[in-house]
Amino acid sequence: MDRFEKRAIALALSLVLMFFGLIVYAAKGLQADLPTCLPYKREIKQGAFQEIGPNRYQVDVVAFMWGFDMGQINTIRIPRGAIVDFYVTSRDVMHGYHIDKTLVNLMAIPGAITYSRVKFDRPGEYQIICHEYCGLGHQNMAGKVIVE
Amino acid sequence: MQAVPVKGATRFIILSELIIPFILLILGVLLGLYQALARAGIIKSADLFGINYYQGLTLHGVINAVVFTTFFAVAFGNAIMLHQLKRPLKEGVQWVSWVLMVGGTLMAAWAMLTGRATVLYTFYLPMVAHWTFYVGATLLLIGSILPYFFDWIPNTLAWRRENPNAKLPLAVLGNLVNFTLWFLIILPLATTVLFQMLPLSLGLIKEANVLLSRTLFWFFGHALVYFWLIPSYIMLYTMLPKLVGGKLYSDSAARLAFLLFLLFSIPVGLHHQYTEGGLSSGWKLWHAFLTFMVALPSFITAFTVAASLEHGARLNGAQGLFGWMGKLPYWSHEGDKWLFAYLISGLILFLFGGITGIVNASYNLNLIVHNTAWIVGHFHTTVGGLVTLSFLGMTLFMVAKLRGVDIKAKSLALAAPYLWMVGFVIFEIALSVTGLQGAPRRSNLGISYLDPASGELLYRPDWLFWSHVGALGGVIAVIGFLAYMVSLFGTLFAKPVKQPEIDFPMSEALHEQTTPLVTNLRPWVTATLLLIAISYTYPVYESMTRGIVANAPGYQSEGNNLVPQQALQQQSKLP
Repeated sequence: MDRFEKRAIALALSLVLMFFGLIVYAAKGLQADLPTCLPYKREIKQGAFQEIGPNRYQVDVVAFMWGFDMGQINTIRIPRGAIVDFYVTSRDVMHGYHIDKTLVNLMAIPGAITYSRVKFDRPGEYQIICHEYCGLGHQNMAGKVIVE
Repeated sequence: MQAVPVKGATRFIILSELIIPFILLILGVLLGLYQALARAGIIKSADLFGINYYQGLTLHGVINAVVFTTFFAVAFGNAIMLHQLKRPLKEGVQWVSWVLMVGGTLMAAWAMLTGRATVLYTFYLPMVAHWTFYVGATLLLIGSILPYFFDWIPNTLAWRRENPNAKLPLAVLGNLVNFTLWFLIILPLATTVLFQMLPLSLGLIKEANVLLSRTLFWFFGHALVYFWLIPSYIMLYTMLPKLVGGKLYSDSAARLAFLLFLLFSIPVGLHHQYTEGGLSSGWKLWHAFLTFMVALPSFITAFTVAASLEHGARLNGAQGLFGWMGKLPYWSHEGDKWLFAYLISGLILFLFGGITGIVNASYNLNLIVHNTAWIVGHFHTTVGGLVTLSFLGMTLFMVAKLRGVDIKAKSLALAAPYLWMVGFVIFEIALSVTGLQGAPRRSNLGISYLDPASGELLYRPDWLFWSHVGALGGVIAVIGFLAYMVSLFGTLFAKPVKQPEIDFPMSEALHEQTTPLVTNLRPWVTATLLLIAISYTYPVYESMTRGIVANAPGYQSEGNNLVPQQALQQQSKLP
């Protein structure tokens, strides 16, 4: 193979390996990791909103056509600085659960649970958007996290 | 390399495999325009001319990304094999393949057009379409793989026996790699379609494992994009250098790129499932790593293609470090050189597609863009960019050769890819911005987020500006498509002036020497199977055990609505 070709391949390989190294650092060092398989079986039938410790909350989210049951329907209020665990599932078809301006971006899968933890440092309103097609009312399926 | 005359059934089959999906593509593109306008709130309605937004979205995805691409890949594959190996196609095999593909497409089209399969082109369970949708899709896929097994492989083996010392032509290698890939990924898709979706649709089972279905779907789903892309790469490697009057920079780099695609393009599917629970993040990271590896052949292609272009331009007198960029045939009426416009426009779009693709593949970075408009911008510069432009250019090229006519309205044919390219650069930038602002993909924004009447829970005036810019991009691209249509139909109905033939502008290689690494296919296929087994055994097992708590009942698509199957069954029991 031509030597310029070899150099180009080596350069491309170093570039993608560097990107990959940064990703691993962000995931494991900075804790910006992806949802994983829960190490225990858990089934969620209904939405629930619980305070589980000082400024710690657990929200069970059941997505349905076309809204989010989080104990309350579509809107939850939490204090500023709260750390929130979201456990998301669906009662009917696939849905999405994306909280705008956060790294909470999850699929709601019937029969499975997707988990993510987030800390809300800034007060304000965070829109929750269903971003997976779920029938004719899909475009109206949204909610809100209000951080006070 | 000389042209191969074609007539009779072979000519009809290849020609119709180009034209039939194109007729459907017209509908697909017009629906795309409706979606661009609806997403900007310029059209505020749930349907247009009786076609619901999501029904149209299903048609847009299935026609443009599955039907058009699959038909083209088969037609182009047939033409490449015929032209390169100089052995006649096996007409019996081709007819069976044709009937299955056309019949399957008609079945699925009926289901979609009557609102019985409004399930989008990913048809995720537990949404269930009418059984004709699944059977139609299956027939299309089976029909598309038949030429590979019963025509191309036997013909290649026969060619090998006759030319024991010759190197397999590069285009043939690319085509065989592509359909080897295609066969391997049809298997997991067929597993979920035949054992989960179809039985659920027919009422033979009541529930299915949704997570398993998704894992199997994406086992197929990402390699699918390379199945679209490899025909384009064949054109870039074997034809583009000739069009600029040069040679392919390196033959073995091209072979290596095709073989790396075979190796790395399948075990990467979890990068579509980053945001799903039930799958361990360690395996997602492994698939992310392999996704970066599959970027490698694209980097090789970028270098080899650019080097070939530079070499050709220098032969034509280009000077200086970047002078070659100005010496390329961007607007040439001479001979076949118009085809260059399609490939270069596609390449420019693919730059955007490659960069945004690396962002999408980047594990945690994906959390910011997953299922937002960003993704839509991305794939309109890959499958909607290089793939579509090279397929459209080659369709026009082959139609002209197969009918024995010259290209009609050549200036329009030349303007089309540039309009398309400019349109989709604008579209891509606009959708990237709205995606980062949080706008979801697959959503009729015009009647919700962009409608002031929808209330404060939904309304997002901050998305308005860039959504309008995106619509503008879509309109420009469609104008390009209309220009293309004038040229294509003019060429299709023009009076023949030559013998019908198949001919491609095939390049020679500048650096011809080959390493044994890239001439022997067997170790590559073995390594591919091994890597798939390593990467998918545990995620599939996890999808069936730890990751899932309960199976889910189906929701049937009925008049574009999704209705619980249980309710339907109870209804039908009433007197």
